[in-house]
Amino acid sequence: MESHPLLRIRELHVHFLTLRGTVRAVNGVHFTVREGETIGIVGESGCGKTMTGLSILRLIPRPAGRIARGEIEFDGKDLLLLPEPEMRKIRGNQISMIFQDPMTSLNPCYSIGNQLGEVFRLHRKELRRDEIRERCVELLKLVEIPMPELRLRQYPHELSGGMRQRIMIASAIACRPRILIADEPTTALDVTIQAQILELIHKLREEVNTSVLLITHNLGLMAENADRVVVMYAGRIVEQGPVDEVINHAVHPYTQGLFRSIPRMTKDFKEMKQRLIEIPGVVPSLLTLPRGCAFAPRCSKRRAICDQQEPERVEVGLHHDVWCAL
Amino acid sequence: MTGNSELLEVNQLKKYFPYRMGVFKKAHIKAVDDVSFVLKEGETLGLVGESGCGKSTTARAIQRLIEPTGGRILFQGMDICSLKRRELRQVRKEMQMIYQDPYASLDPRMRIETIVGEPLEVHHVARGKEKEDRVRDLLQKVGLKSEHMRSYPNELSGGQRQRVGIARALALHPKLIVADEPVSSLDVSVQAQVLNLLKELQTQFGLSYLFISHDLGVVAHVSDRIAVMYLGRIVELARDEELYFNPLHPYTKALFSAAPVVDRSARRKRILLRGEIPSILAPPRGCSFHMRCGEKRKVCEMKEPEFRDVGQGHFVACHLFE
Repeated sequence: MESHPLLRIRELHVHFLTLRGTVRAVNGVHFTVREGETIGIVGESGCGKTMTGLSILRLIPRPAGRIARGEIEFDGKDLLLLPEPEMRKIRGNQISMIFQDPMTSLNPCYSIGNQLGEVFRLHRKELRRDEIRERCVELLKLVEIPMPELRLRQYPHELSGGMRQRIMIASAIACRPRILIADEPTTALDVTIQAQILELIHKLREEVNTSVLLITHNLGLMAENADRVVVMYAGRIVEQGPVDEVINHAVHPYTQGLFRSIPRMTKDFKEMKQRLIEIPGVVPSLLTLPRGCAFAPRCSKRRAICDQQEPERVEVGLHHDVWCAL
Repeated sequence: MTGNSELLEVNQLKKYFPYRMGVFKKAHIKAVDDVSFVLKEGETLGLVGESGCGKSTTARAIQRLIEPTGGRILFQGMDICSLKRRELRQVRKEMQMIYQDPYASLDPRMRIETIVGEPLEVHHVARGKEKEDRVRDLLQKVGLKSEHMRSYPNELSGGQRQRVGIARALALHPKLIVADEPVSSLDVSVQAQVLNLLKELQTQFGLSYLFISHDLGVVAHVSDRIAVMYLGRIVELARDEELYFNPLHPYTKALFSAAPVVDRSARRKRILLRGEIPSILAPPRGCSFHMRCGEKRKVCEMKEPEFRDVGQGHFVACHLFE
């Protein structure tokens, strides 16, 4: 696989101002996306994975939220410094996003054709109306929607969830983006439909050599689709590395705990029936993060140093890093 | 863990919802159609299926939270459908429900002690000091502290709220607990805590669970037997291990193959289904799965398959096994 870095995120901090104080949603996130690779960002709700995705497109809800610090380098340019009109040329064109909820991400007042065509009207101004229509039909065929001509005239409420998610994917890939950010692309869907959608993303990746940022809390989904994994906890990366490394040789106590706490489907049925190993406690509030390592209060291997200072990056293998004082 | 006596027997349970098509035409949505199963004492029966397949409707109809359209439900030998309101109340003490969303199923204006104590009061089991003691005891059983008695639901985390829901369900010493997606709204690391708790309580009190979930990993972990539903019907039912390693119905096979798995060695060859679940308003003739089935035969379009035992309690509704 080509290993040319396409996107570099450095020391990203995203803050939200609330009445109860500053919420540090993303706290120093640092990683690279190479061309054609799929990166899985995993973590539980509130760990900052969605906010990281939104930051790349500069879609953090304002004015409450803002990117406090950091650099997002794409193609040699820092996206955070670009003027808005420039950014608009990249958004949806070179970097695009599939949002979490297909039920609410489409506008109920406009037809599918109108919403899908918008991408072309914005980014491919040279196209005539009939050409746009043609492209839309092609797109719908690509995402395997039957009767595309009919669908273009329909409105979102006339389509099922799986169908709407395909429309979202179609609009995200319309301009053959170089980076596709898929934020829980299948969480709202049933497993059999989920399998179809992922097959589709996979196919596109092969055809267009798009890099995919797969944001998910589903470890199975991550394991089957990602090349590299970034594990996040409370706004920070705790571990990152090649997918098999992270699954089989997880180093961070949180990653280990996460993999042990889910009921896994394995070949050994007895193992599946065994008592699950819990991670005690709950995810900390982002308002009152502990001083040292954010995971320390729940960690079984906690030491004195964990409460005092934030852990530094430690290389434990080839491209396998962990942020832990141990 | 499986006892011998049957606690619950569901026989050809039906629940149709009326649906108006135009002014004169009336139709029915067959949310649950001819569902039959048995639940033994101390057993966990997992019910899996995709959204809209009738899992939750089945759960509700069993307790007559919604009136079944047809069929028989025997609970400890008593036909629930023929019971009068007052008798039904007595039976409901023995079967309790744990809901999916711990945020929506607890009244935000009630303190935890009131929520957990309410069933005790409603059924005149305990009041005053005695009630308070029992609530404290219940909270302790589900891993909460007595400080939580005075809290409101919004002061608790999702996992803690689900524990409150479990404590409330346990208050009347039920025999059967119907758990409708009890962990799916919880964070992964908290899911394990709740699943372990449910198992512990089962051993401690000899509970039977009807465990509904769309997560195959979770269902395989907790269940003794598993039933798979598709469009209002059970298409396959077997012992956990049997169903996991030897699924017969093409839908079950596809379902298990579609679930993403962490371990490479446990991955199955993916069977991609064509199309989507047909509308329950216009279910296809014959076998309801035939439009998406890779092993379809002629007979599948014509005739509904029978739900029959193909050996050792492995039930399947498919023409391929007739």
